[in-house]
Amino acid sequence: MFNFFNFPVNPPSASNFASEHDALFFTILALSIFFFVVTFFFVIYFALKYKKGSKADRSSPMYENARMEALWIFIPTVLGLAIFVWGVKVYGEMRTPPKDAKEIYVIGKQWMWHIQHPNGVRENNTLHVPVDTDIKLTMISQDVIHAFYIPAFRVQYMVVPGRYTQMWFRPTKVGKYHLFCNMYCGTQHSEMGGTVVVLGKREYAEWLAGNGQSRQNLTPEQAGEKLFTKIGCANCHGEKDLVPRAPTLVGLYGKTRSTNTGQYVADETYIRESILRPSEKIVKNYGQTMPAYEKQISEEDVMSLIAYIKGGAKGSLLSAGSFAASSPKLEAQVNGKVGLNANALEYNAESADATPTTRGSGPAVGALAAEKADKIR
Amino acid sequence: MSTTVTTPIGGLDPAPKTPQNYLTNGHSIKSWLLTEDHKRIAMLYLISVSFFFLLGGISAGIVRYELTAPAGNVLESETYNKIFTAHGAIMVFLFLLVAIPAVFGNFLLPLMIGARDLAFPRLNLFSWYLYTAAGTLVLLSMVTGGVDAGWTFYTPYSSLYSNGNISLCLVGVFIGGFSSITTGVNFLVTTHKMRAPGMTWFRLPLFVWAHYATGIVMMLGTPVVAITLLCVVFERTFKLPIFSPELGGDPVLFQHMFWFYSHPAVYIMILPAFGVISELMTAFSRKRVFGYHMIAFSSLAIAFLGFLVWGHHMFVSSQSMYQGVAFSLITFLLAVPSAIKVFNWTATMWKGNVVLASPMIYAIGFQGLFLVGGLTGLFLACMGTDVHLTATYFIVAHFHYVMVGGTIMGFMGALHFWWPKMTGRMYSESIAKWNSLLVFIGFNLTFFPQFVMGWMGMPRRYHYYYFAPEYQPYHIMSTLGASALAVGFAVPFFYLVKSLFTGAKASDNPWNAHGLEWQTSSPPPTENFTYKVIVTDDVYDYDPVGEHEEDMEALRLAGGNA
Repeated sequence: MFNFFNFPVNPPSASNFASEHDALFFTILALSIFFFVVTFFFVIYFALKYKKGSKADRSSPMYENARMEALWIFIPTVLGLAIFVWGVKVYGEMRTPPKDAKEIYVIGKQWMWHIQHPNGVRENNTLHVPVDTDIKLTMISQDVIHAFYIPAFRVQYMVVPGRYTQMWFRPTKVGKYHLFCNMYCGTQHSEMGGTVVVLGKREYAEWLAGNGQSRQNLTPEQAGEKLFTKIGCANCHGEKDLVPRAPTLVGLYGKTRSTNTGQYVADETYIRESILRPSEKIVKNYGQTMPAYEKQISEEDVMSLIAYIKGGAKGSLLSAGSFAASSPKLEAQVNGKVGLNANALEYNAESADATPTTRGSGPAVGALAAEKADKIR
Repeated sequence: MSTTVTTPIGGLDPAPKTPQNYLTNGHSIKSWLLTEDHKRIAMLYLISVSFFFLLGGISAGIVRYELTAPAGNVLESETYNKIFTAHGAIMVFLFLLVAIPAVFGNFLLPLMIGARDLAFPRLNLFSWYLYTAAGTLVLLSMVTGGVDAGWTFYTPYSSLYSNGNISLCLVGVFIGGFSSITTGVNFLVTTHKMRAPGMTWFRLPLFVWAHYATGIVMMLGTPVVAITLLCVVFERTFKLPIFSPELGGDPVLFQHMFWFYSHPAVYIMILPAFGVISELMTAFSRKRVFGYHMIAFSSLAIAFLGFLVWGHHMFVSSQSMYQGVAFSLITFLLAVPSAIKVFNWTATMWKGNVVLASPMIYAIGFQGLFLVGGLTGLFLACMGTDVHLTATYFIVAHFHYVMVGGTIMGFMGALHFWWPKMTGRMYSESIAKWNSLLVFIGFNLTFFPQFVMGWMGMPRRYHYYYFAPEYQPYHIMSTLGASALAVGFAVPFFYLVKSLFTGAKASDNPWNAHGLEWQTSSPPPTENFTYKVIVTDDVYDYDPVGEHEEDMEALRLAGGNA
């Protein structure tokens, strides 16, 4: 209705959630306008009609009327509950990703988004996704809490340090859309964001192939396997359980583990904790022999390891995996933290282009702004 | 009109010929700073909260100016973050939570129930000193390094990552919390123990009911946030692992603990305003309030349910989905008592004799703005829409409609209604009326565009939006509105202060209103009543149809025409 002024009034709608979300939104809006108009009409009408000195009929005034009050308790309650149920339905859909969704990893850090595609392509502050494909984001923060927010998709979820969070969507319209960090995270919070680029399926495949070749990236699963051998996980976690040293990680993901502190499903958060702080939960029949990898490896490495374990941890992705369970080098390798750090560093250097590139500020802002404005509708 | 039995006390001392009112009873600075008179303490609070309102308003103005350009006008991002934090922290902790209860609650609660003072006068004075200390520390933290964590202080940003002077600020807020607790305890005990003979529970004005409910929330909620903020200070200072995962803590735990208080805190801000509006609607409709019992009980229901909805701030923060469902349901139920109040206030005017004096215009404005604030709350209580709208300008607009449109409109209404009682002087009614309209219009122009902007996805707490220039028209509208609003808040300062010197003297009951506070002199004597108060009439016992009403003297004195 304000388009008369040529202002945009609606966000673009570009995902599977947009239409139902908007239907819900406009239903609540219609109800709100109705209740506002009716109530405020009576406020003004009574104020004028019964203005002191007016000739309105004031006989038999009422000061308490249980039936009338019950009516205006009942109507809002019923309508409220209806909206509540609908809201839960929409939310439930948003929170349950389809099983076969394409998984993309997101790492938030002050003040950039680092994104890893399943085939190993990485990008910062831009997320390329194919149209009409279910996409699931598995997200974690390396420092403070962020929130991954794509208004055009009507999706948002916090990206929390120390635990994985997820969200999913299916882009329905090719185009470029805003990506915002929507949880205040420090000085350059407003510039932590970028663009979500929805490509046609073929264009996406081409984009993926192009980027993949130029950088020769490993997929997260392959990177995980490489790391699995490099930092010595494979020395203890072999193809079979090795009591009391270490259980096998083959097919671990999704299984229920009995530990000294109770039973847990081995999901991303459980595996992450077991890598970083293994002494928190020790699987029954095993001892506490594993060193803590906290502050030794980056969130990106943890994600790669998890991707590898999720893939089955079978060790056939690169070349022959080295499951030398009883290697003589074992103690030296596992305990040699210096060596470990060096490995991790080297690994990081070769694979991650993690230089923070924010949107830039200061004098260049104006030019950048114009350019950005052109790019994004 | 009154059927209150009034008997001179004792009959031993004849009433002095020129009775001292509380303002003239002692002129030294010491007589103010060491006073135990609830009315003087209320005036001290009025001066302090006005000062902090000014500071919070100035920082809001800077924020609004900065946002007119997509790449900012004058500030660095770091400074911008400190200024929006200053705006939020000052307004919430040093103005909204304090304004109506500590000024009008303090002044009126004993008068309304016919008591000599609050139950613990020295504690009351102490609470003002705590508040002053809190304000000093918060301001000190802002000028020595600044605070950039937002008023919500989410961890681990506030505990490990921010370079601002956060600990000092949190200690300030912690101390301020005790000021709030002592005020709450004082209200509860006073309401229970100090009612005049005949002042039964269901003869209490709704203002007192509202403050009773507020006292409960203050007493039960504030300790939790105090502990939480102290935990952040400990984690920051001693690396005590509580909230930060790298130390072994849980960052989302902070949000649970913070909102466990800070959602009920919203009701500390709005319940007293509800109380004010109940008084105004009935006084200016010349008619008993509609559904007295429902309004009283709805205050208690809000206070109780308010403690069970904190998780609706966390639908996207990784709390369990099922937990979210429960919080969403209770939030919808909580909307009902608020709706009852609005409908009952509206029905109060029905068949009344409505006088559109300036306090009543604020009350009617409150109705409109609070309706918008409450109804837009539904979008956020509803899980499906909250995902998109949370932490955008939609939220900003929503809570400003509730906090500014609700609490500050209530505060302005109260200020204009009880000003003659507190100071014994009348202000210029015609200026006040026009100004109340300006506030109403300026407010809507400021905050309505923010709803649209939020719906379009503009995140809150953003300094730059050069990558999304489509939001600029709304920011400009909003800033224009804020300018009007600034004028609307500045003008009353001048005409109210002027009235102290040149205003017509107010009579004891200039609005011809019902209630014990109008039966003592204006301004009241230090001991509140020069006679023993025994209540025999019902609450809001206005003459049935109002044909025998005298004019409102206030309007005649103030040169307004109603």
